[in-house]
Amino acid sequence: MMTVITAMTARGVVMGAMVVVASVTTLLTTAGSPARGAPRVLRVCADPNNLPFSDSTGAGFENRLATLVAGEMRATVAYTWWAQRRGFVRNTLNAHECDVVMGVPTNFELTAVTRPYYRSSYVFVSRRDRRLGIRSLDDPALKHLTVGVQLVGDDYANTPPAHALARRGIVQNVRGYQVQGDYRLPSPPARIVDAVANGDVDIAVAWGPLAGYFASRERVPLDIVPVSPEMDPPALPFVFDISVGVRRADRPLRDTLNAILVRRRASIDSLLRAYGVPLVKTKELR
Amino acid sequence: MSRTSVLALTLAALLPACTRENPRTAAAETATARADTTRTTQAANGAATSISIPGRDPEDGQWIRPAKDYASTRFSGLDQITTTNAASLKLAWSFSTGVLRGQEAAPLVVGSTMYVVTPYPNILYALDLTKPGAPAKWKYEPKPLAAAQGVACCDVVNRGAAYADGKIFYNTLDNQTVAVDANTGKEVWRTKLGDINNGETITMAPLVVKGKVLVGNSGGEMGVRGWLTALDAGTGAVAWRAYHTGPDSLVLIGPRFKPFYKSDQGTDLGVKTWPPDKWKQGGAGMWGWISYDPALDLIYYGTANPGPWNPELRPGDNKWSSTTFARDPDTGEAVWAYQVTPHDLHDYDGINESILLDLPWNGQQRHVLVRPERDGYVYVQDRATGEVLAADTFGIVNSTLGVDLKTGRPKVNPEKEPITGKVVREICPASPGTKDWQPSAFSPRTGFLYIPHQNLCMDVESVEANYIAGTPYVGMNVKMYAGPGGHRGEFDAWDPIARRKVWSIKENFPVWSGALVTAGDVAFYGTMDGWFKAVDARSGKPVWQFKVGSGIIGQPITYRGPDGKQYVAVLSGVGGWTGAIVAAGLDARDSSAALGMVNAMRDLPNATTKGGTLYVFALP
Repeated sequence: MMTVITAMTARGVVMGAMVVVASVTTLLTTAGSPARGAPRVLRVCADPNNLPFSDSTGAGFENRLATLVAGEMRATVAYTWWAQRRGFVRNTLNAHECDVVMGVPTNFELTAVTRPYYRSSYVFVSRRDRRLGIRSLDDPALKHLTVGVQLVGDDYANTPPAHALARRGIVQNVRGYQVQGDYRLPSPPARIVDAVANGDVDIAVAWGPLAGYFASRERVPLDIVPVSPEMDPPALPFVFDISVGVRRADRPLRDTLNAILVRRRASIDSLLRAYGVPLVKTKELR
Repeated sequence: MSRTSVLALTLAALLPACTRENPRTAAAETATARADTTRTTQAANGAATSISIPGRDPEDGQWIRPAKDYASTRFSGLDQITTTNAASLKLAWSFSTGVLRGQEAAPLVVGSTMYVVTPYPNILYALDLTKPGAPAKWKYEPKPLAAAQGVACCDVVNRGAAYADGKIFYNTLDNQTVAVDANTGKEVWRTKLGDINNGETITMAPLVVKGKVLVGNSGGEMGVRGWLTALDAGTGAVAWRAYHTGPDSLVLIGPRFKPFYKSDQGTDLGVKTWPPDKWKQGGAGMWGWISYDPALDLIYYGTANPGPWNPELRPGDNKWSSTTFARDPDTGEAVWAYQVTPHDLHDYDGINESILLDLPWNGQQRHVLVRPERDGYVYVQDRATGEVLAADTFGIVNSTLGVDLKTGRPKVNPEKEPITGKVVREICPASPGTKDWQPSAFSPRTGFLYIPHQNLCMDVESVEANYIAGTPYVGMNVKMYAGPGGHRGEFDAWDPIARRKVWSIKENFPVWSGALVTAGDVAFYGTMDGWFKAVDARSGKPVWQFKVGSGIIGQPITYRGPDGKQYVAVLSGVGGWTGAIVAAGLDARDSSAALGMVNAMRDLPNATTKGGTLYVFALP
């Protein structure tokens, strides 16, 4: 399993190298102005009900990023809406309904990816007035507190905290929440953060961007603490790099996007901070 | 291989069954007598007893539900097509459904009309068999929500319709049951039973029993809670719903509940065998087959796998996932339950068909159900009590090491338990099991069960990133591949009394089509590369084959046309879990796509292309 970690690290290095090449290529071919045949419309596939990432009113940070990127390309944004579940990539990007998906994990197998534009972490979410101070999965308090985690149904996969807690024998006091939630409600994945605020669970472990955003909107103060360790041995990561996804064959677009992501680094960072995304600092993103 | 038991015809024993049913025509009567001329066998006490099909109507040449009869035999008493003349079968006519996704349905024949239901968008066609080329009389379009396609786990299939009381009943992918006037094509009622927003879809074919339409949901992959629901056939009103996890009151377990095995006995096991509250997302849908025994007045069906996938998250038996239920069709009350796979580790749903037979067993005539199950065993169970009489492997199985008949529980092989972060190789069978949804057929003439199935094993290894609703997580990287022998499919004849395989035909691709067997002793099935095949039901010897336009994953049927001739029909159109690489255009480089299936099916796009055509064959 160590090979997986090595591969992920190696990919990061390779991505870094590609960024340099891509930037040079972009400069040579577009020279700072729209290239011949450059798209005038940036076709984006996104979930219409998935804040803080995206929604149909354009209120998510991925919507804002799409607008920013399109501006750099002197293009406008056109959306195809689709719930981001299994089959999302197959039915949208790979069905040529659009050309980009604004957020996918950098080590995602279904698409080609740009360089990562942020790195975030799973976080512990708890009420500040509880003063739990939990930072590690190995904190003995997790054995008796009621812990909320998100589950992904039966997809040969679950979220890292679900696996990590189960491996530590922490099962009976764990409450499951569906990642996809009940789609009839606004922001379906937010239920796990609501559960912390209203006391249904003592603490929850959730993906940073969604936890950070919803925690700041609860009526009681919540603490957000990155989960440690970042990699639960042997191979369970709690930290993920996120990229823009394009079709595997669409290298020119990926190269264009890479150049923009480098050029607008500072604006993108402020955008993410404005949405409360807990950012993990990394050399590869500088 | 030949049987050692004595074979003889016992027409006399069957005549009462024929006469009391008041057959429509003399021709039907003859066919019935021939059809139900069952194989007999010498019991230990010397008395000849026979295998018969309970509750079977006289052969009328129709095909009014996917399994043909309530016992789910897919056996037709028609005998014009025989092993001798099948070689001259010719294409009579064909019909394009206009939908290029996996066609898993069985066409129905009621009177002189054929009914065909398509995958999403679930169009129903009525074809006029009295006219040359069987032109369409009408079509009905239920217009299911497009978003339902994104929820279905494994292609947007539909397994067919059922006919009763002048109406055609079937389900739409977006969780509606519809009743359509069989003459006019006008909608009589529609009832919404679930919500795609919760991850639910419906793909199964309903069964109509005593004026109730029985329907179950799909979506264990999405963390839904499984159920079986009965609707009033006349009005569409929900008569009862039995959940498959949760307290007894919701599972419809009451005073009549008498499970055979200790581990299935107790109160509220649907809650107690889970960590707190986990039963609420416990899966255990019902997307397979239902059988009915009119004498015992019980329905039989099995439930799907539990959720979430990681078994470490759900210590306990996780009842009532992967469980066979016997229920009262009027009230839904459970009469017995048998959990085939407690605490499922490998995605072994328990939804396969239960074939109801009355057969000799150790000197006694037993009323049994026979089920070739996903976990690789053919179960023979007393259908009054749930007692397991036998459980024998019909493929390569190493995930379990046998079934303990004293406790009813499989012996789990700990070496093949998939654990996050651990590489486990050569788990057999792979997640689709030795056999998935594709229904078997049983001939009372040969006494054999005809089982279409796959020969796939899998490795579960490493991790990759997945992404749902903005949340990244790690997935087990599942890779399926051909099991020992290198072939991926088989079509087998199985003797349930001798408890052994009689003959086996190896196929390159998984045999994902249903089976059909007739009183002409011809068995039919289709392959994923598009061959429709007829074999001698006794020997397995090939007698005929025809190459259709696209791979076959549908259920073949046979019927007597208005001209008195016997026809055989099958839908062509590859897809389903195994065929999604073609139907959904999955990327062959993504070995873990379709839950690891793509790795095993990489070469399918070279062997077939998308399609959606009904083919009908007859003798010249």
